[in-house]
Amino acid sequence: MDCDKCGKPAKVHLTQLVGGQVKKIALCNECANQNGVTDPTGFALADLLLTPGQAQLIPKPATSGRRCPECGFSLDDLQRVRRFGCGTCYVTFRDEVGQMIRGMHKGAEHLGKVPQGQIFEQQRRERLADLRSRLDIAIHDEKYEIAASIRDEIRQLETEAAPAGEGR
Amino acid sequence: MMRFSTLIKHPAEWMTGGTGDNSVVLTSRIRLARNLARHPFPGWAKKNQRREVMETLKPAIENLPCMKDGFSKELEELDSVQKQVLVERHLISREHAARGEGSAAVIERQQSVSIMINEEDHLRMQAIHPGQDLHHAYRAISEIDDHLAASVEYAFDLRLGYLTTCPTNLGTGMRASAMLHLPALVLSDQIGQVLQAVNKIGLAVRGIFGEGSESLGHLFQISNQSTLGESEENILERLDRVISQVAKNERFAREKLVEEDPDMVADKIGRAYGLLRHAWLISSKEALEHVSMLRLGGDLGAFPAGTSRICDELLMDIQPAHLQLHTGRKLSAEERDTIRAEIVRSRLQNLEAPDNRNIQTNGDGPDPSPDLGVL
Repeated sequence: MDCDKCGKPAKVHLTQLVGGQVKKIALCNECANQNGVTDPTGFALADLLLTPGQAQLIPKPATSGRRCPECGFSLDDLQRVRRFGCGTCYVTFRDEVGQMIRGMHKGAEHLGKVPQGQIFEQQRRERLADLRSRLDIAIHDEKYEIAASIRDEIRQLETEAAPAGEGR
Repeated sequence: MMRFSTLIKHPAEWMTGGTGDNSVVLTSRIRLARNLARHPFPGWAKKNQRREVMETLKPAIENLPCMKDGFSKELEELDSVQKQVLVERHLISREHAARGEGSAAVIERQQSVSIMINEEDHLRMQAIHPGQDLHHAYRAISEIDDHLAASVEYAFDLRLGYLTTCPTNLGTGMRASAMLHLPALVLSDQIGQVLQAVNKIGLAVRGIFGEGSESLGHLFQISNQSTLGESEENILERLDRVISQVAKNERFAREKLVEEDPDMVADKIGRAYGLLRHAWLISSKEALEHVSMLRLGGDLGAFPAGTSRICDELLMDIQPAHLQLHTGRKLSAEERDTIRAEIVRSRLQNLEAPDNRNIQTNGDGPDPSPDLGVL
């Protein structure tokens, strides 16, 4: 794959949630450094994507407004029907949810029942995804000691999964 | 699996099974809304996606212990009268009945648990218990919920709870409700005040038949509106307290009516009895009104025990789709009135004329009025 900025072979692959949508970008080492991607203080893919001249990186949806990456439901749809397209829409349109439910309920935070096993599984999966992206960065930065300890952690989490988790 | 005719042959357990007092609170119902993770909600899903969800959920539900020998059908397999009968029995919703391909209903033998697949949400599951019994109804449906959660993955968010098509159901996804018979509050013109007080604390009230406080048959449903920001237990407790309070007000209003105007009460009950026993054509509206008075008469001791059960069964059986099912053919409005009258007469043929002694000789006078303000 080639660098999205200059076309040289890409070394850095980034995935980030931007305004609720998953954005992927590939960069060569130079461009990554120039844009502060490797800067540990953090950067926003959005800044990179939204710099003038880079706008063509974002495929414009057919209609205006954001779309849910899971089900394709758009912000327009949401504003029209005041209903959601799928569970992931609540992540995609998190800000709008906040506005919509203001005053609708007793509170804004769930205090009731949770699906026990599932929550454990969900948290485990999120933690895994986080560790994997940290592993990539550590390898990229050639911080192999850190990478090795992250890898061990990933292995441990993966073995925890199998018996009670997905298969049932 | 059970056939439609077998399911419907008997009245639901919650109509007949109550051992406790159901003279004011007829039934308690809990409904939970759930969706599968990573599947579009029914309203947004394409046909094949809806079908896929149904094919995942239907066998999982049929295998629940409580659904053994139960009823399970895709809505496409049912004709419009059958669907309407299920609506009249509160086993599926009007909205669900309007859906076709990719939707299904699984109903427990005694009709106390029913699960709709692909209604507004992938799953709408309800338990109905007789009398005022929200907590048991909740326990029953929550257990089923746990069973299903072990085999499918729900759309759930730690902050927003169970994710639903409409944000009004977020969080617990729970709608708890009770059906109340409030004839004395209506007759004494206090109903508006009571309903207003209930509304004011964030609960919803509506008539079971007809609209607003003009509810036919004096039957009302009280339910929670908020589903997010408090636990199931809290919601149930608050609702339960309000229901008890309203029921207390109704009992007091009954005592007061008998105390202050026994002739009016005896007259209404007597007329209802006469009309229902001898009418040859009766509209649904008229029937509901008089069945309500008969039910009140039962509670006041004018009729033998068991009269309220006859009334409750009639409430179901005189509705349009039940009448069509009964005759096995499509009926015009006039034909419906004839058949309705016929069913009512036959059900009441052994009921003796009201004994008004209990109403006329009411002794001690009522307790002091319960305070509506504490609702």
